[in-house]
Amino acid sequence: MAETRSWSLKARVALAVGAVLGLGGIVVLSVALAYGRQAAREAYDRLLLGAASDIAASISIRDGAALVDMPASAFQMLALAPEDRIRYRVTGPDGTTLTGAEDAPAPPRQDGTGPVFYDGALGAEPGRYVAVTRRFAERSFSGPVRVIIGQTLRARQALARDIAGGALVVLATAGLAIGLFAWLATLSALRPLQRLGRALARRDPVDLTPITLPMPTEIAPMLGALNGFMGRLDRQAAASRNLIGDAAHQLRTPVAAIRAQAQDAQEETDPARRDRLLARIHERSVGLSRLLDRMLDRAMIIHRSDTAPRNAIDLRDVALEIYEALEDAPGGAAIRLDLPPGPVVVRGDALSLVEAGKNLAANALAHGRAPIRLGVAREDGTLLLFVRDGGPGPAPAILEGLGARFASHAPGGAGLGLAIAREVAQSHGGALRLGPREDGFEAALSLPRAVA
Amino acid sequence: MIRAALIAWALMTAPVAAQELVRDFGPESATETLRLRSTTDIAVLGPVIERFLETRPGLRVAYEQWGSNALYGLQASDCAAGRAGADLVISSAVHQMVDLVNEGCARPHRSAITAALPDPLVWRDELWGVTREPAVMVYNRDLVPPAQVPRSRFDLLDLLRPTESPFRGRVATYDIERSGLGYLFAFADSMEATTFGGLMESFGRSGAIATCCSAEIIDGVAEGRYLVAYNVLGSYALVRARRDPRLGVVAPLDYTLVLSRAAMIPSTAGQPRAATQLVDFLLSPEGRVALEQALLIVRLEDGESTALDLGGAAETLQRPIALGPALLIALDAHKQALFRARWRDAFPETGGAAP
Repeated sequence: MAETRSWSLKARVALAVGAVLGLGGIVVLSVALAYGRQAAREAYDRLLLGAASDIAASISIRDGAALVDMPASAFQMLALAPEDRIRYRVTGPDGTTLTGAEDAPAPPRQDGTGPVFYDGALGAEPGRYVAVTRRFAERSFSGPVRVIIGQTLRARQALARDIAGGALVVLATAGLAIGLFAWLATLSALRPLQRLGRALARRDPVDLTPITLPMPTEIAPMLGALNGFMGRLDRQAAASRNLIGDAAHQLRTPVAAIRAQAQDAQEETDPARRDRLLARIHERSVGLSRLLDRMLDRAMIIHRSDTAPRNAIDLRDVALEIYEALEDAPGGAAIRLDLPPGPVVVRGDALSLVEAGKNLAANALAHGRAPIRLGVAREDGTLLLFVRDGGPGPAPAILEGLGARFASHAPGGAGLGLAIAREVAQSHGGALRLGPREDGFEAALSLPRAVA
Repeated sequence: MIRAALIAWALMTAPVAAQELVRDFGPESATETLRLRSTTDIAVLGPVIERFLETRPGLRVAYEQWGSNALYGLQASDCAAGRAGADLVISSAVHQMVDLVNEGCARPHRSAITAALPDPLVWRDELWGVTREPAVMVYNRDLVPPAQVPRSRFDLLDLLRPTESPFRGRVATYDIERSGLGYLFAFADSMEATTFGGLMESFGRSGAIATCCSAEIIDGVAEGRYLVAYNVLGSYALVRARRDPRLGVVAPLDYTLVLSRAAMIPSTAGQPRAATQLVDFLLSPEGRVALEQALLIVRLEDGESTALDLGGAAETLQRPIALGPALLIALDAHKQALFRARWRDAFPETGGAAP
């Protein structure tokens, strides 16, 4: 048993949800980190730019030289990143440093007048710089004065971490919630299966009736298949039971009669009467043999109709085969075929259907009146394989009992034939229809149309 | 180049280009020696160091006393050369210390004690404010009648306004070109309030004296050469006022600048562990008690225990000089030149006031 057990559904769901959350988490986290870095960079770049613009605005020309009256506000602005080191430098038109640190790196490109942001070293630490250029055109001083200011990245990194950390907290909370809901959903989804398992376990071992439990649509086909399987088991068990019962019931009387007649024949001294007795014994033996054939046929047909693979078959071929089989039978030549022009397709076992049709036709030959017609028809969404004769059919009282196993009102076991026909019809999802028509009597297998 | 020039200038104008005083603390047999460079007088900080060494037997402290500009120049060149020098530096010229940290010359240290410091007194876990010393006004009790004692900058302005004022020519303050501390206080004043502009102008008109060094200024007040000294470091003033009944000390009521001497461990320190222990000691309750006894921590909230004349609720009027990048502006070459020029307008070069 153990090797037929695979991963539990809960484990599968847990694995799937875990994988989704894990991968999603990595994606979201890296996006959050990138976003955090971007947001932190923009926020602190603005701070840098503000400070640089502040300093640039404080430059004045005095005695032909640029003088920077360094504003405290610029430094207070930069001190909003309180843990970061600062480096600044103001250079004149000829590139000489007016004030600030010599070692503040120059911007990578010189073009344009807008602010230039760039990364650069700030001592041993990485830093972020901005360069802002202010142009002077005074009589005594002309040319660009560039303000370069940078700071280390601690505040940026802390802000980026904060943003990403916040995202991670949200993600983790959402992940836990999703995991919990997935768990609950799995539990609830699996409940019908557990109910089904319990119902099966509780069942009587010989109870093969269908299980009627409300099931979700995903599980309903499985239950349907299970019920179908049990139905086939049930019919086969019934068929075996019937065969045994039939054998017991139908064979006992003729065998007892043959035995009694054989005993009579043994004791009979008059040769003429003994010959008569022997002839009777022979006649009964033949009948018995025929009966036995029918019973075995029926068991075989019922077994087949349950187990044989269903193929798409044309009912006209079935009718033709019946016709050919009966052509040589006594009166068989009187049967007329009645077939529609197009194919009439059902899904089923051809052999079972031919056997059932032969039984109906044989009954008509034995009990009906000419003209006997064998044919195929479409009627109200169902397909008919019919045998019609010109007679009135059996009396209504008899009609009610027809098709049951022992309802043989004629020598040769015609009732058994009807029973076979009924079983075949039912195993094909159809029914055996018996009834009078205006012009006679009809026995027909009514079958569902094949679904393409 | 500017920075090099600045350092060269600092070295040239330093009162003494080498350490002023050296003293060793602790047993000769000690295996470790912590080199401490400080602008604080050995006599003032020495007892605190001795208290520290009681908790650290086996350690010796080589205490070098430096002028602030010389110390700044030395540390900057040590840092640039990667030369192991001091293990701990404590300076009252906190703007210079901020610059050293900004240049990456310090080593970070974080402990429960440093973490408990308020924000203005710690920067980057590399610079810590260890003392609390107000900038005060010192006056001569004998010569200034109680009614005229200036309690705020506004009072001082009022005293200097009359053309016949007896205070004319008898108010002294630090010469910012010779005292790093004086420059720092003056600069902090200029950042703090517009009053300072008026005060400078008033100093200029009344012929106030700019001179060097706390000791000289306080001596002058005690001897009656000056009636009032402005922006004197409270720790020195209070030490003197304890012994000298002629001296009165006032924390200005409009606002009181509070200086925290900054300590940093140079990145090139050879004994960083001992240095962190000394930093933690100075910031610990025990160390604070020792600093308080040395009058390096002055409780403005509690005027009773000191000679400080407070006169009112002082809590909200304290302006600690925050350790942070904003102090860098005090070192900017142009800013310094502009500030000095303004200063020179008020205090023309006399040429006579040698240190």
